[in-house]
Amino acid sequence: MRFVEAAWLVTRKDLLIEFRSREIVYTTLFFAVSCLLVFAFGFVREGRAVEDAAAGVLWVAIAFSGTLALGRAFERERQNETLRGLLMAPIPRAALYVGKLTGIVLLLVAVELVIVPMAGIMFQARMLEYPAMLAALVLTGTIGFAAIGTLFAAMLVRTRSRDVLLPVLLYPVTVPVMIAGVRGTAALLADEPNLAMARLWLSMLVVFDVMFVTLALWTFESVMTE
Amino acid sequence: MDFTSVSFTDVSRNFGRRRALNRVSLRCDAGEIVALLGPNGAGKSTLLSIAATLLEPSSGTIRYGDQDLDRELRSRIGLLAHDLYLYPELTAAENLRFFAQINGLADAGARVDRALAGARLSDRRDDPVGGFSRGMRQRLALERALLHDPRLVLLDEPFTGLDDASSVALVDRLRGLRSHGAIVLLATHDLEVIEGLIDRAVMLFNGRLIPIDDGPGPLRDRFRRAGR
Repeated sequence: MRFVEAAWLVTRKDLLIEFRSREIVYTTLFFAVSCLLVFAFGFVREGRAVEDAAAGVLWVAIAFSGTLALGRAFERERQNETLRGLLMAPIPRAALYVGKLTGIVLLLVAVELVIVPMAGIMFQARMLEYPAMLAALVLTGTIGFAAIGTLFAAMLVRTRSRDVLLPVLLYPVTVPVMIAGVRGTAALLADEPNLAMARLWLSMLVVFDVMFVTLALWTFESVMTE
Repeated sequence: MDFTSVSFTDVSRNFGRRRALNRVSLRCDAGEIVALLGPNGAGKSTLLSIAATLLEPSSGTIRYGDQDLDRELRSRIGLLAHDLYLYPELTAAENLRFFAQINGLADAGARVDRALAGARLSDRRDDPVGGFSRGMRQRLALERALLHDPRLVLLDEPFTGLDDASSVALVDRLRGLRSHGAIVLLATHDLEVIEGLIDRAVMLFNGRLIPIDDGPGPLRDRFRRAGR
């Protein structure tokens, strides 16, 4: 079976399960919106948001809700040991990784379609001034975060304290992605947008994505072998 | 890419400091049903997981015919484990179709229909598996494991949750698999049900393999003698 076909089967299955349960989208969305609200009370004074607050809060919401989505996506595979059923299929195990990653990224993008405009409204940020560049920054940042998160979530799926270990392992490693995401978005949302700086951070995010996805593809087979 | 035997040679498996399997050697051939008996925690599921390529042995080798493990070999192995590998949110047909497709089966639709009929679940094909009883899920999981006509069939407590009629149907199914040249390795505690079905039995006790004699008398008596 071709790699892409196998990966798509896994993604489609994950999306179908999510369509039925709506569990991950609803919980991550609720969590992300709560996050924005709480920070809005702290960082918006007399109708004015603190400088760069929108960018920082947006990426905090993405990181926190993303961790929730990652944990839940693999918890589903653990509950009925369906992950073992997938591992027995005659497909490259890296295709399984790509399938899970794509599903998680698509779910997070669905959540971001709500929280990005919401952050714009709450923090008076001009989200729609450079929509393509903002979308590119959010998408590449999400891929980078989910790429390493999917690997770690798969690694931890059989450990007892996986809920605690996932953020503990994930956040330090994804700090470069978060910094690049925040600085790139802040450059774009500033009173005088700095497109050159946003492009620079975007290119760094692309580099991180390539690094993290390559690392994960390289190690996933051995990580999944007990 | 096929094989007509599976051989374990001095297979050991440790989990931390606990030794689950201790130098197990066993050969099973095509057209043979081998029962794997033993008390809880004896290492039966570990041995099946190793045969299914889900666990690596700590030492020793396992060979499929004259081949070592290869990704393509997985398409010739079917496992019904204690956990049923079914998605509760998906319907019976969706579960089977997904596993048919991921196994690269070209005629997935026809196989799914046949499997649903085999599980006597054709009328529940569009119901989510989460609403099924344990017995129904067990029947469906068995069909999932056999969907791709595996050469090596690994069954861990396959009679769990099955009513009398389903148990009889499963025994008939296993006879059919044997006549078609499958290698069936079956871990169970239901000795009366498999009496007359199996070709031979072996016992695992504290990770060690003990043969059970083929002599006369009920299997349970021979099993108890072997365990002394």
